Amino acid sequence: MSLISSFNRFLGLDAADKGVGHWWAQRLTAVALVPLGLWVVFAFASLGDFSYKLVVIFIQAPMNSALLILTLLMLSYHSKLGVQVVIEDYVHDTILKSIILISASFVHVVVVVVGVFSVLKISLGTPG
Amino acid sequence: MDKVERPLSPHLQVYRPQITMVLSILHRGTGLALSLGALVLACWLMVVAIGEAAYSDARVLLSSSLLKVCYIGWCCCFFYHLANGVRHLVWDLGIGLERVQYQVSGWLVILFTFAASACYALVVII
Repeated sequence: MSLISSFNRFLGLDAADKGVGHWWAQRLTAVALVPLGLWVVFAFASLGDFSYKLVVIFIQAPMNSALLILTLLMLSYHSKLGVQVVIEDYVHDTILKSIILISASFVHVVVVVVGVFSVLKISLGTPG
Repeated sequence: MDKVERPLSPHLQVYRPQITMVLSILHRGTGLALSLGALVLACWLMVVAIGEAAYSDARVLLSSSLLKVCYIGWCCCFFYHLANGVRHLVWDLGIGLERVQYQVSGWLVILFTFAASACYALVVII
């Protein structure tokens, strides 16, 4: 029998075995983000004045689109896990903690969907 | 159930700052800052996807001096979080956990952050 309420299970606040998954996901995304993060930072340095044409040409290059999408996936997941731990450590009120955890999850989902969709639209479609 | 306000044992305020704890706090702080950066990155991509008119409107905001300061901050945060993150990954392998080792690697992280940020700033400006 499980002693955890289904609501807390939904929030990911259940037993320690879930922590292993969290730990691994955080490390794996961290490893992926070493090259991806460096790539983004140096790609930005090559974008000069960030004019619309330059930016679109950059994002439309297939390799860049793929790497941007990969970065968005890894970054938002890594960020979600990190922010979750900070909230769990510092927000002690159960209800407030739940609200902030849920909001943080939603924001991260929005970031990844908006980011990935935008990259796809820029690289596959004909923006504005 | 009423919460009882029990006295807490002294925490951060009674400790002399040590490199291990300062870097640990910075790792969290820079991580949170970079999360905000991810949000701005997604907004930027969205504006590019909307089109040229929206982009030129947004550029006024995106190239404001406030955000320029943020970009520099995010760069420093990135290089710090990167170097200290690699330090954490090495620790996860069970390496570098001796007193001298984690102090030296801590100072190396600080050195790397300043050097990489400075080089990056120079490259971007030139």
